[in-house]
Amino acid sequence: MIEAVGLTKRYGAKTAVHNLSFQVRPGAVTGFLGPNGSGKSTTMRMILGLDMPTSGRVTIGGHPYHKLPNAPRQVGALLDAKAVHGGRSARMHLLSLAQLAGIPARRVDEVLGVVGLQDVARKRSKGFSLGMGQRLGIAAALLGDPAVLLFDEPVNGLDPEGILWVRNLMKRLAAEGRTVFVSSHLMSEMALTADHLIVIGRGQLLADMSVKDFISANSADFARVRAPEPESRDKLTAALVEAGAQVLPEPDGALRVTGLTLPRISDIAHDADIRLWELSPHQASLEEAYMRMTQTAVDYRSTADRRHGFQAPPPGLPPTGPVPPNWGEAYPALPGEQPNPYTTQRDSKDVR
Amino acid sequence: MAVAAQVLRSEWTKVRSVSSTVWTLGIAVVVTVGLGALISALSKRDFDRLSRQSKIEFDPTFTSFAGMGLGQLALIVFGVLVVSNEYSTGMIRSSLAAVPQRGTFLFSKITVAAGLAFAVGMITSFVTFFVGQAMLGSHGARLGDPGVLRAVIGGGLYMTLITVFSMGVATMLRSPLLSLGILMPFFFLISSILGNVPATKKVGRYLPDQAGQKVMQVVTPLGDEAPYGPWGGFGIMVLWVVGALAGAYILLKRRDA
Repeated sequence: MIEAVGLTKRYGAKTAVHNLSFQVRPGAVTGFLGPNGSGKSTTMRMILGLDMPTSGRVTIGGHPYHKLPNAPRQVGALLDAKAVHGGRSARMHLLSLAQLAGIPARRVDEVLGVVGLQDVARKRSKGFSLGMGQRLGIAAALLGDPAVLLFDEPVNGLDPEGILWVRNLMKRLAAEGRTVFVSSHLMSEMALTADHLIVIGRGQLLADMSVKDFISANSADFARVRAPEPESRDKLTAALVEAGAQVLPEPDGALRVTGLTLPRISDIAHDADIRLWELSPHQASLEEAYMRMTQTAVDYRSTADRRHGFQAPPPGLPPTGPVPPNWGEAYPALPGEQPNPYTTQRDSKDVR
Repeated sequence: MAVAAQVLRSEWTKVRSVSSTVWTLGIAVVVTVGLGALISALSKRDFDRLSRQSKIEFDPTFTSFAGMGLGQLALIVFGVLVVSNEYSTGMIRSSLAAVPQRGTFLFSKITVAAGLAFAVGMITSFVTFFVGQAMLGSHGARLGDPGVLRAVIGGGLYMTLITVFSMGVATMLRSPLLSLGILMPFFFLISSILGNVPATKKVGRYLPDQAGQKVMQVVTPLGDEAPYGPWGGFGIMVLWVVGALAGAYILLKRRDA
């Protein structure tokens, strides 16, 4: 069991993790979700006693990491699959880690077998693919046969077969009664692997619930509606809102309508004398629910490519539709934060 | 203590499983012995043409160690790589997660590399001495002559301390490029310039290598005003090493890994 209480980490003026409290229970796979730069890795490093929290604390089985008796036999971690000396063989890498933790050398060959690297064990890890590197990192985490396992982005760079293997491994480890804490920025992957979810954005807790609850709370049905011209689109929006719907513009000029059935939307459009070019049922995926949840907490966001200085679009490229008014708009700034300079001066008419 | 034994075993595995160990230590031996032999041979050839004062000052032991100034650079690279490889690869996180006692980790790691540097340094120093004296022939010194054995053992100790000093600096700086970029030009050029230019000599002779090399001298040059003897100079170098290790320990202890 991992327990964080009011965990906070500041680097100078930047707050990486803010007042984070959560528990990770044994016997389940707990997914740790958040966009890039949201503080997942920082939290993991604090769990392992590598970074000192600015305030708050995090314990494993009631002890801070550095007070754990025989820590490497109780906690195993994969932090960075590339954290290997390329000139050293996989076996020597694992042997040095095993000796560091007082683990017998025969265990090295066991974990090499578990991750399927026994045939390349004596090759320099320099030539390993990213997927092989992940397997080597997972092998290192399993060395001490620990009751608590931390994996930071273990499926990055894996092929579908490798992803399935990691998924099953996590589930098996949890079924053996271990505490398994897996970070990812992919909701779709976590929906398949995890039993419980902890979602953070900008270092703050956004959700702490079971995957089942997350799905039922967040998968809403909606309709995609497209009207031909901007004028009719505005008219339709007004009519739908009047009928009690929630209408959100989509990036491609369509409308996302919730709260009304498809026939009702069609009737309203007909009454308002608006032709529809599209009316389709959709179910919000978990990925979308997750994006909605974290959208105010994304650090790196792209803006529309305005292609200033380019005269005409290359022939054959269809003109894209007008961009809805609030797309790419600045998200509300946190107190004391500089507004994003790239999202302030935009002119939707100029965008192609 | 069990932890220290585990770290020692692990570090021995690490150090012997990368090829840079063999390369850097091998180059240190070859350069030190080879250059020492060459300079000794040239000294013998030109001995008769030397001035009277130079003949009196001639130090056959120190002459055979002439390759050490260049050979020590390979040991600096060895020391820097042993430490900064952990940082440049990210292994340091796995290591410190396995051994939360950071002081034990650091000093056990340094012990392994220092032990290896000591063995290589001693062998190099003795081989260099005997090869150099063979080249000098009738002008050479013998191991039994006063102060010679001290100078030869001192040469091995000097090579060990240079390695440990580099490890301390590399622990503080973490980056291999930054560490080598500071240590290599410093020990190759800057230190010997500061130690020999009259204006800076007074301060320059307290630099670690300038003071430490005193232990390898058997004949004190005329007009040498160094206020310390062979072991005094060596002691000054030890103080530098202790300072570097203290800085390394404090920073490793405090810093986020």
